[in-house]
Amino acid sequence: MNTLVLINLGYVAAAVLFIVGLKMLSSPATARRGNILSSLGMLVAVVVTLLGEGIVEYQWVVVGLVTGGGIGVLAARLVAMTAMPELVALFNGFGGLASLLVGCAALFSSGGATFTIVTIALAILIGGLTFTGSIVAWGKLNEVITGRPILFSGQRAVNALLFLVIGAATVMFCLDPSNTTYLYVVIGLSFLLGVMVVIPIGGADMPVVISLLNSYSGLAACAAGFAINNIILIVAGSLVGASGIILTKIMCKAMNRSLANVLFSGFGAATTSATTFEGEVKPMTPEDAYYVLEAASNVVIVPGYGMAVAQAQHVVKELQELLEGNGAEVVYAVHPVAGRMPGHMNVLLAEADVPYDLLLEMDTVNPRMETFDVAIVLGANDVVNPAAREVKDSPIYGMPIINVDFARTVFVLKRSMASGFAGIDNPLFFRENTRMIFGDGKETISRIIREFSN
Amino acid sequence: MDAVFLTFILMLAVLLGFELISKVPATLHTPLMSGSNAISGITLVGAVTSAGSGGVEMATLLGTFAVVFATINVIGGYLVTNRMLGMFKKKESAGK
Repeated sequence: MNTLVLINLGYVAAAVLFIVGLKMLSSPATARRGNILSSLGMLVAVVVTLLGEGIVEYQWVVVGLVTGGGIGVLAARLVAMTAMPELVALFNGFGGLASLLVGCAALFSSGGATFTIVTIALAILIGGLTFTGSIVAWGKLNEVITGRPILFSGQRAVNALLFLVIGAATVMFCLDPSNTTYLYVVIGLSFLLGVMVVIPIGGADMPVVISLLNSYSGLAACAAGFAINNIILIVAGSLVGASGIILTKIMCKAMNRSLANVLFSGFGAATTSATTFEGEVKPMTPEDAYYVLEAASNVVIVPGYGMAVAQAQHVVKELQELLEGNGAEVVYAVHPVAGRMPGHMNVLLAEADVPYDLLLEMDTVNPRMETFDVAIVLGANDVVNPAAREVKDSPIYGMPIINVDFARTVFVLKRSMASGFAGIDNPLFFRENTRMIFGDGKETISRIIREFSN
Repeated sequence: MDAVFLTFILMLAVLLGFELISKVPATLHTPLMSGSNAISGITLVGAVTSAGSGGVEMATLLGTFAVVFATINVIGGYLVTNRMLGMFKKKESAGK
């Protein structure tokens, strides 16, 4: 058997491992083994490539693998679970940049067939846009860049023009790939596009953006696969591309908005003038909250981004155990877009040892909301805002929410009376059955816990 | 390999991806994302080819940088996913 056949058989094995690995991710019980299988697939793919006859120099490959591997190990070890969205954004960006570089390098070795050149251009465009888009997303999540949408007048016109120029530059590049000026222009424009696409998107819409960038990083690898005629890149890249698209769709559906609306509307900044609500807020102290909780037999906790900011997941788990010890049933209700990336809350609660079978999805909790004595809203705002159900001109009208206002009592733990991320006033705060507990979320819960031990 | 054949592979992989991912529960969306992100580091295979094929200097240089970034993506992605998944526990086995 010749080497080429062996390599391709290795790729087939790698593809099978990726697919089985992804399949095993559909249950928490098998997910970890699935991830290991998927990483074995990657190992097989890289090893058979290295053994192939095309590789004659190993020194630079080794330098690259060792450097990248070292950085990767450190990053994965050191990152705090609350910083996971930032890390995933960065990794996405690096994947995109790698595909861009592979595309550029392919220019030097390709025969120059038009189809190949077009796919090289695509790898560069998608890779570049993934790279800078991810860096901007990282900055927004880190709050190096403001989390609010960045908008300016004529933004649409500028973007439309940018698309036209990119189209023209790409065509020129494909017609004359030996002219490096076109290459640099395409690279520069793809970087600019990534920035322009992500800056108008607000922090609360980050789950959509990260899913989408995830998809792009796969598509960039896929385009690079076409450029260098490599099947495993195409298969793995398109699996990731498809996965990102599905997640994006789920996130958009959870906000009742179209992808175009998320990407182009600059949610928040333009709509702050919408309805505001007036009413009387009923504050409560953590000590009084304790008496209500002590008498409760069914409690639901609704976490949001505020829980991540306050690092409150461990005290929440402690409170859960105390309530359970007191004979109450405690569950968590997690909205699909709570936090800054899909599944963000689930990971934080898993870190605090909360069993995953206590984390319920919105559609499971809502029908039995009336049966809960207390709903504790911890750092969530828009995802429990009844205006989404009742107020037609609210910017979030139609978004499916967790109907905490149907619970007998609602505790809203909130730092102060500022509005949530999207700048929408929340009529929940004025409801008859709502009690506001002001202060840092972690501190508030710790005070309730202290009451339990007294 | 011809373009039509590669496109055929692409379509099958995309459809398979849709099928596989629709079945992943919301609770695993973050590990799914970081795990699939690690898979997108498959571009490492292309990077290794560019860095090691002994072609023009420029291709080797670009390839080496590509190897660095793709390896960060692959190694970091799989390790962090593994770390996260290690934390997911069912009720009976979780702590006390």
